[in-house]
Amino acid sequence: MSFGPHLLLALLEGTVTAFVLALTALGLSLVFGVMRIVNVAHGEFFMLGAVLAWAFSSLVPGMPALGFLLALVGSALVVGTVAIAADRLILRRLNYAPEATIVATIGLLYIIQQVVLTVYGPNAHPVVPPINFRVVFPWFGYSGYKLVVIGASAALLGATWYTLTRTRLGLIMRATQFDRETAQSFGIPVDRVYSAVFALGAMLAAVAGVLIVPIQQAHYLMGLDPLLLSFIVVILGGLGNLRGTVMAAFVIGLSDGVISVFFSATLAKIIATLFVALVLVVRREGLFGEKAR
Amino acid sequence: MMLRVEAIAGGYGNVQVLRGLSFDLAGGEVLCLLGRNGAGKTTALKAIMGLIRLHSGKVLLDGTDLSALPAHEIPKRGIAYVPQGRRLFSELTVEENLTLGLMTRNHGQETLDRVLALFPVLRERLKQVSGTLSGGEQEMLAIARALCVEPKVLLLDEPSEGLMPAAVAAVLDTVHALKAQGVATILVEQRVELALSAADRVTFIENGVARETATPAALRADPAPLHHYVGVGLHGR
Repeated sequence: MSFGPHLLLALLEGTVTAFVLALTALGLSLVFGVMRIVNVAHGEFFMLGAVLAWAFSSLVPGMPALGFLLALVGSALVVGTVAIAADRLILRRLNYAPEATIVATIGLLYIIQQVVLTVYGPNAHPVVPPINFRVVFPWFGYSGYKLVVIGASAALLGATWYTLTRTRLGLIMRATQFDRETAQSFGIPVDRVYSAVFALGAMLAAVAGVLIVPIQQAHYLMGLDPLLLSFIVVILGGLGNLRGTVMAAFVIGLSDGVISVFFSATLAKIIATLFVALVLVVRREGLFGEKAR
Repeated sequence: MMLRVEAIAGGYGNVQVLRGLSFDLAGGEVLCLLGRNGAGKTTALKAIMGLIRLHSGKVLLDGTDLSALPAHEIPKRGIAYVPQGRRLFSELTVEENLTLGLMTRNHGQETLDRVLALFPVLRERLKQVSGTLSGGEQEMLAIARALCVEPKVLLLDEPSEGLMPAAVAAVLDTVHALKAQGVATILVEQRVELALSAADRVTFIENGVARETATPAALRADPAPLHHYVGVGLHGR
């Protein structure tokens, strides 16, 4: 295969990575932006989404499309419920103190991981893609399902953006983000907003996990890479800056895809991590962050 | 309408600020709280809004115990707050700030029109990010946002801080207009002259307790409490 088609393949792979990463990182960024907490367990919500996708799709064997839809809705709901429970039982009791919540979410990470290991086991399980066609280019065939991933992620990113900027729910979230106490003085139930934001952030990660699992298989340790990459993207995009997060996801996702195809996935992670370190040396507020007003 | 603050005590963490503060006010009345820095004026307003936890005492609005409610329920009962330093959602637009006020008690366009009639300059700036307004406009927006709640009681914490005389006059006009509509106002104010011209009664707070209440007329005749509790006299005396 000559260079041109090879690059096209690399860019396609990069786009898939970028969209899935954007979804995952947007969840992390939203939680950090509104609640000012660093959720170290975010990758486990991604993993939980993937593992639950396997569980839900095995409920309806032989019907991959139905199983996939069931997995999308079911995993999101289950993970959202887990997140609300974690918020009420753990984070709220710590008063959302930054240091305490980091330690607590590290604990949550291990609890989720070990519960999944106990129940689901140490093996990776594949999930059959809901559709099975190949897009045939003159040089290579490409999985049609990956294009579905791109489309579904784009739709979810759009829906999240619309909710945040155009609806009353989004206005309430943004008001809580900017000034928690004043939000309360205007009748906003800040506790419930926090639960909702934490659930929404976790559900975005879970859906990303569901989307990735027909490509990657479900495994109880699969949450680490998305967590690392999400942190890289959120820091690069400027902490709590949602637009920056999505843009940074594309920078990192595309370069990750291209470098993985031409060289190796490990090199891609090394370069991404180095890149973040360099950016932080030059611009502490991140690539797209605004200086505090 | 009657707001009654009964012997409230509380503060921040282990620091007690309020030590049994009591006062009350009726509809259409303007009560001014005066006292030195740290006396507990701002804390008293926060206590009414449920933003600090009370150790003891009650805040009653028409017999309902507000201090038993979660903080976000208190504004829904008809109390609006203009905090010190305005605390606008400065990254949001003027319109979004006002919408948040309207949403508190589910008011709509009618309320918004009435509020914007009081502050016509805001109507021209609805799409502007509120942090980019001038100081006077920001204060007007903070008050307008509170009025969108359609409050029975308005809490104003140092509305004249950092404002030019013309903007201070506009704030004063608004307080008078609200009084005519039967809205009760609690005003925390450092400028004694402004306090006396706006208030029906002045309550002096010292160490978290209400020491003395007087009318502006009585204070103009005998400014001794002003010297004692605030440390200033009236200009030209």
